[in-house]
Amino acid sequence: MSNDIKIKKGLDIKLVGAAEKVTETAIVSNYYSIRPEDFHQVTPKLIAKQGSKVKAGEPVFYDKANEAVKFVSPVSGEIIEIARGEKRKIISVKIQADKEQSFQDYGKLDVNSASAEAIKARLLESGCWAFVKQRPYDVIAKPDGQPKAIFISAYASAPLVADLDYVLQGKETQLQAAVTALSKLTTGKVHVSVAKKGNSPLAGLSDVTLHKVSGPHPSGNVGTQINKIDPINKGEVVWTVNAQDLVIIGDLLLTGQFNAERIVALAGSSVKKPRYFKTKLGSEIATMVYDNGVDKDGNDRIISGNVLTGKQVKPDGFLDYYSNTITVIPEGDDYEFFGWNKPVFNKVSTSRALTFSWLTPNKKFDLNTNTNGEHRAFVITGSYEEVFPLDIFPMQILKSCMYKDLDEMEALGMYEVAPEDFALTEFVCVSKQPHQKIIREGLDLMLKEIG
Amino acid sequence: MGLKSNLHNLKEKYKGTKMAPAFNAIHTFLYLPNETTHGGTHIKAADDLKRTMNIVIMALVPCLIFGIFNAGYQHYAAIDAASGVIREASLFSNFITWDNFVVGAWTVLPLVIVSYGVGLIVEFIFAVIKGHEVEEGYLVTGMLVPLIVPVDIPLWMLSVAVIFGVVIGKEVFGGTGMNILNPALTIRAFLFFAYPTWMSGDKVWVHEAVERAGTADAISGETLLGAYAQNSSLAGIDYMDMFFGFIPGSVGETSKLLIIIGALFLIFTKVGSWRIIISTLIGALTMGLIFNGVVSAEWIGESSKFYGLMNVPFWQHLIIGSILFGAVYMATDPVTASQTNKGKWIYGFLIGFISIMIRVFNPAYPEGVFLAILLMNVFAPTIDHYVIQGNVKRRMKRLKVKTA
Repeated sequence: MSNDIKIKKGLDIKLVGAAEKVTETAIVSNYYSIRPEDFHQVTPKLIAKQGSKVKAGEPVFYDKANEAVKFVSPVSGEIIEIARGEKRKIISVKIQADKEQSFQDYGKLDVNSASAEAIKARLLESGCWAFVKQRPYDVIAKPDGQPKAIFISAYASAPLVADLDYVLQGKETQLQAAVTALSKLTTGKVHVSVAKKGNSPLAGLSDVTLHKVSGPHPSGNVGTQINKIDPINKGEVVWTVNAQDLVIIGDLLLTGQFNAERIVALAGSSVKKPRYFKTKLGSEIATMVYDNGVDKDGNDRIISGNVLTGKQVKPDGFLDYYSNTITVIPEGDDYEFFGWNKPVFNKVSTSRALTFSWLTPNKKFDLNTNTNGEHRAFVITGSYEEVFPLDIFPMQILKSCMYKDLDEMEALGMYEVAPEDFALTEFVCVSKQPHQKIIREGLDLMLKEIG
Repeated sequence: MGLKSNLHNLKEKYKGTKMAPAFNAIHTFLYLPNETTHGGTHIKAADDLKRTMNIVIMALVPCLIFGIFNAGYQHYAAIDAASGVIREASLFSNFITWDNFVVGAWTVLPLVIVSYGVGLIVEFIFAVIKGHEVEEGYLVTGMLVPLIVPVDIPLWMLSVAVIFGVVIGKEVFGGTGMNILNPALTIRAFLFFAYPTWMSGDKVWVHEAVERAGTADAISGETLLGAYAQNSSLAGIDYMDMFFGFIPGSVGETSKLLIIIGALFLIFTKVGSWRIIISTLIGALTMGLIFNGVVSAEWIGESSKFYGLMNVPFWQHLIIGSILFGAVYMATDPVTASQTNKGKWIYGFLIGFISIMIRVFNPAYPEGVFLAILLMNVFAPTIDHYVIQGNVKRRMKRLKVKTA
């Protein structure tokens, strides 16, 4: 029994440099890093000290607000550096990996007979809780929360992202264990959405409600699916888990070990041979991007994540805790003579204002990071709605965030959204406003004021 | 390469100084800036505000060129008419002529130059004082203003009005994107209420008609609407003349054909809202039909002072006066219009409806479009409020169903 979700509003940004479906094992990274900033709103309290030895899966720090939520090391090794910023805020914990990996053993758990408490406790102590996020606020879920449902999107529709059908191949056992465990944590259902066209390993799982989505991006965004399946009301909480993180959760439950391995896509027009890599969370970007990848002195931007929502990282940076894609695109830090009025054929646009991308709907574009114009006040109306499928007024909710009217933010549907839902409106924004930042700050304000 | 790197060095030099916005306005006019994305999406769509505004200007240029020729044509046609010769308008034999162009250019281009010059100076001053970038909104306003004023408006009046319009209509609200009233219409409203003799009547619509008034060479400077309002009509003008625009009127709003072409261009490029344009026209036709019904039901007689305009067949309302120009270029201003798609339908319909109502019931000043648009500008946020409340209520209802 499956339900169809058809998304009409949206935009598929077709870019050059999609990853070819071949997987290489990445050079083993010597150093790994966990950055607390990946876990929004978490204030880290260190458990391990500089110089101490940790096993793979051993907690490194916990969340000050929720002591039960632990964050674990992806590898076994020695903590060699704890980088701190202003006010001694922890920027990153750097770990030098051992040659021989050893795992913290949490013991196997039979998900079919285990109780909800046991599963929850296991996920918390083993660091897997970091993969369970909640809405409202798009932060790591509160362990004592009662989600009305759990949503998993097994369809990645954003540009150049890893194809989940490909990277999750053959992981059915882990996926099944993870969703069965999750289904015990909610009184409601576990909603799994797969692409209508496609052959998802998640399509055959039991203990879930299956949905088939079709249509342009953001049809694969979990926020879009929540809005279409069972929108969040005031006072309700839903949890979301990335499909790929289910594998790590499943592995832990089945083997008792935190296996940080994951397949990531290296994509983007600056990459010579875009392809997939088998690597681990937190490993160095440099282990992947240079071999048949980008030029050492090229003027490129490396993004941990996709071009719409990812984080910019330096070549000596590290893979984000949640990312399964590394995108490299050229920087656009150059002027363009009369760029604002000449006809444009090589950039994407939703209008036809002497922009001709509508003539070539299947063309793949090579976009750079230029903003194509300066920041302005909101002027144009109606363009966001064309790419925003949620039943929410995008411009009005953005403005309510800007003038910080909590009542209005709530009434307009702030509990339902996450920054990533506004990635496309940000992309098409003529006024070049930072929509995701505005929404993030709005959510943070609500979290602080309302909680 | 030379110009590019020189300008780049200058930009770095001016960075952080008071003059930076002024310099950047000129720099970004020549070059798309070298700004890259930080945080948020790493790529952005090709459109920026300059491009969008440029599209509107491109849609206005045909109206301006036509307006230049028409200014000359109406001048000579009125002189002919004064000596008893009725002209038959013809595009190539007596419309696109060098004489028409010279007269038109000498009267219209100064309006354009003053409108842009004065307006941009005000914009630059505010940008420098407030330290924000010069926003592009005035590029369109500056083009609209010369097209919606009578051809012989004294330049000093225009300057005063532009300063008033930009400062009171826009900058006091915080600049482009924050204003409540359409700045171009604020300028026109200011002119209308401050200098009514120059903005209406039967003298101002043709070049030199005012100067020649009372002399032996007097010529008529009346518009069709003015004539209809006095229950008469202008000689020698048929529907095709109205449609093609060979009639007296404000500079750029006479040619319905070119306005329709501009409208199609705006709709095609997705810059103008087709919802507003179409609903405005529907609103105007509806009101026209109602008045036609009133006439055919014989509720008012030919002696009524409203009879002339009420009796105009409803579809003709679209080709006389400036309703079409208003619907296409004024009502669609995204900042002052309704911002929700449903709201746009209501907003447009009411503009059309009220325009024709004012046109018929206000014989002293028989063009209601600009007042109707300004009125609806004020109510646009209210319309949006109710549209948004619909969404909010749906969300509340969802919650109630859950808890019940």
